[in-house]
Amino acid sequence: MSEGLFGIHGAALEIRAQRMGMLGSNIANAATPGYKARDIDFAAALEAKLGGAGDDRAIGSATRYRVPVMPSLDGNTVEMATEQAAFGENAVAYTATLGFLRGRVETLTRAIKGE
Amino acid sequence: MTLFELGQRAMSAQMVRMNAAASNLANAGSVAASEQEAYRPLRPVFAEQLDAATGMSTVRVDGVYRADVAPVRRHEPGHPLADENGDVWASPVDENAEMVEMLEASRQYQNMIEALSTAKQLMLETMRMK
Repeated sequence: MSEGLFGIHGAALEIRAQRMGMLGSNIANAATPGYKARDIDFAAALEAKLGGAGDDRAIGSATRYRVPVMPSLDGNTVEMATEQAAFGENAVAYTATLGFLRGRVETLTRAIKGE
Repeated sequence: MTLFELGQRAMSAQMVRMNAAASNLANAGSVAASEQEAYRPLRPVFAEQLDAATGMSTVRVDGVYRADVAPVRRHEPGHPLADENGDVWASPVDENAEMVEMLEASRQYQNMIEALSTAKQLMLETMRMK
């Protein structure tokens, strides 16, 4: 039902939220020795999700380890600049998706009210 | 685990790191009567803690250990703690390293707060969808 009403945006919002958690983990583990930073390939995750894969499968298959610009001695691959840029980008995209959803909701309520 | 719990634990870990650096700075220059009694810098060790259900990982403080550095032996015969050779053992605290440690911990604490406030704002906006 919600897939028909909200199209691609419901799935997109879910992946954006998941990605926010993953990038948050990276920022949290900036000082953990041996921690490998991960990120979700958004396009791949969305494609898998729209193809009918469950949340876990879609996210799991689209998760990639970050390739650091300059590897550190303790094996940690978190680079704050990269993570913060990705976090910011993801937040903006989340807001955009929310905007699309809000527009959809408004359209639907108008239709229901018969305006 | 939510992003807020994750952030809270990460910030606590950074706090432990800051406290350790503060302890080290406070004990910089303190002397002891023997090599064993001399203060050795505290160092917290972090470990990743994965929450399999959500795929998020937070930070766990694995333990706070004493750094394995030799105290500095100083010849000071007039010192009340001096041993029979007239030596005292000073704590091997590198003040510059501790300052850097503190600065890094506070930056990472700030980064986490920034991420959390962005996440909070996004969640509030999501809830306002009517």
